[in-house]
Amino acid sequence: MKKVKIYVTLRESVLDPQGSAVKESLVNMGYKEVEDVRIGKYLEVLISDTERDIDALVKEMCEKLLANTVIEDYRFEVEEAN
Amino acid sequence: MKFAVLVFPGSNCDIDMYHAIKDELGEEVEYVWHDATDLSKFDAILIPGGFSYGDYLRCGAMASQSNVMKAVKKAAEEGKPVLGVCNGFQILTEAGLLPGVLLRNQNLKFICRTVQLKVENNNTLFTNQYEQGQIINIPIAHGEGNYFCDEETLKKLQEKNQIVFTYSGENPNGSLSDIAGIVNERGNVLGMMPHPERAVDALLGSADGLALFKSIVKQWRESHV
Repeated sequence: MKKVKIYVTLRESVLDPQGSAVKESLVNMGYKEVEDVRIGKYLEVLISDTERDIDALVKEMCEKLLANTVIEDYRFEVEEAN
Repeated sequence: MKFAVLVFPGSNCDIDMYHAIKDELGEEVEYVWHDATDLSKFDAILIPGGFSYGDYLRCGAMASQSNVMKAVKKAAEEGKPVLGVCNGFQILTEAGLLPGVLLRNQNLKFICRTVQLKVENNNTLFTNQYEQGQIINIPIAHGEGNYFCDEETLKKLQEKNQIVFTYSGENPNGSLSDIAGIVNERGNVLGMMPHPERAVDALLGSADGLALFKSIVKQWRESHV
């Protein structure tokens, strides 16, 4: 069994109004050092042992469903799961 | 002419769409559940608004992978009219039938009110009953209607006249180039955030949406009679 940790983030070129609102809040709370906030998604996917190439498999899942590559980038890490 | 209204778990404008076709337009219409695999008996496909799959992950993302969307792709390839409204527009972009994506509204608020649209292209099978440049009143109701695409795609949309409706006067959601609705290159797939099916009778505040459905019927009659 593998645990795949997938991070989906908005591309640099895409405005993130949610992130901007959170940034304003942090600054207003006194964290003047905060320059920018970008909000993304974190997914954990458990995958049973398979003969298929796991990197290719996860890439396909990301491209087809988990990320919209028009506006999002993704990266992932594969770990052994207990 | 026979219309299909697709229904996903979480669709909530399907009944309005059905009513518009059956009672206001006077054409045949049927609901089609999302696991259907064959749409061959229908002449046009309507994808209604709502919150398919609770808008989980991204609006329209999971609906775009459903069985029925494979049949919608086939219908689109055959040249049948496909109209996606609101969540239907989001599903069409996620399915790759239309370019771009709908982002959160710039002000992060759900906006529900009637807006003015400008008909930018009346030379489509969806808009032939409007005047070029006509201003129409159609309601919007969305939290994610902020159209976005890369510069290259935008240029192509402009060059090929694929921008069909724009917001007139004020841009409610931050959409790129005030875009409210676009067609694919072939012109038979239209996605739009505003709800024409909610504007089909003066009693509803506006009947300006009815001409869109009449356009579809006119085009179909002309090519099938």
